[in-house]
Amino acid sequence: MAFSNEQLERYSRHIILKEVGAKGQKKLLNGKVLIIGAGGLGAPAAMYLAAAGVGTIGIVDADEVELSNLQRQIIHATEDLGKAKVQSARETMERMNPDVTVNPYRVFVDSHNILKLIEDYDFIIDGTDNFPAKFLINDACVMAKKPFSHAGIIRFKGQLMTYVPGQGPCYRCVFKNPPPKDVVPTCKQAGVIGAMGGVIGSLQAMEAIKYILGVGDLLTGYLLTYDALKMEFRKIKLPENTSGCAVCGDYPTITELIDYEQAECEGI
Amino acid sequence: MADYVIDDEIDITDVVCPVTFVKAKVALEELDDGQILAVRMNDGEPVQNVPRSIKEEGHQILKLLSNEDGTYTLIVRKVEE
Repeated sequence: MAFSNEQLERYSRHIILKEVGAKGQKKLLNGKVLIIGAGGLGAPAAMYLAAAGVGTIGIVDADEVELSNLQRQIIHATEDLGKAKVQSARETMERMNPDVTVNPYRVFVDSHNILKLIEDYDFIIDGTDNFPAKFLINDACVMAKKPFSHAGIIRFKGQLMTYVPGQGPCYRCVFKNPPPKDVVPTCKQAGVIGAMGGVIGSLQAMEAIKYILGVGDLLTGYLLTYDALKMEFRKIKLPENTSGCAVCGDYPTITELIDYEQAECEGI
Repeated sequence: MADYVIDDEIDITDVVCPVTFVKAKVALEELDDGQILAVRMNDGEPVQNVPRSIKEEGHQILKLLSNEDGTYTLIVRKVEE
């Protein structure tokens, strides 16, 4: 595949980079990333990946755009109110970059559909806002041997980690099981500063891009936390031994996907 | 008499910075280690910056020839990292 003059100009700042070049840009154009959740995290992640020329972007969300989303979900605009989030996200990405094919999936992930959804993608971004989905995505990616970026945001805090099969702990190695219902507030109840999605979702996009390019070090084996009020990032080393994990360990006890019950008032 | 054989040539006189260097870089990526690329470029900004950028990528500049028409031809040997 040869680049058009328009593509050379569009991606010039990438191609100039020694770590990218024409070969790297071609990898991006051939890359396939699935973003689960078109919300606070998924919005900036999707936009940066689309702008970067990641050729195929899948986006999963069953919700419609609501007014309370617009404070942080920058892929949607006021005129998109009531529209399916995946449709609104698709329109924004296609306007940004005609090189990108967007596959919208208007569903919530569950134990029945997730393996099929992630099947064709190189890298998965967890942009969901609830524990049942986060554990489901982790377990499915471990079982299907797919790399993914986990992230969570609440109030003025955010965190993320990257899982690559065989290269360190999974989300369940660290967090074991979902917390009891209603013990941990969702961002609907607790609030979240809009720019937090921008910071953490952009880091997720960066991990996906580095994975596709095969450059640098990924956030495997570490949990990165960000406290905006203290203006503090911490990169916490995770235990290397994953042999006892219930899903990615040597003798897994979780061999089928689980649909955990969601808290009463949870929602995107 | 030239002591090299040109394997590929590219004209970047129709584009401006940074696409000048981008086009040269893409052409170099297509070549094998040791092959020679001839790059025709305009006098001025391209001739000042493109050879330097190519050198920074680790390639070997062999010659810069004036075409006596306001353009230059840069002869580069590809050096694989």
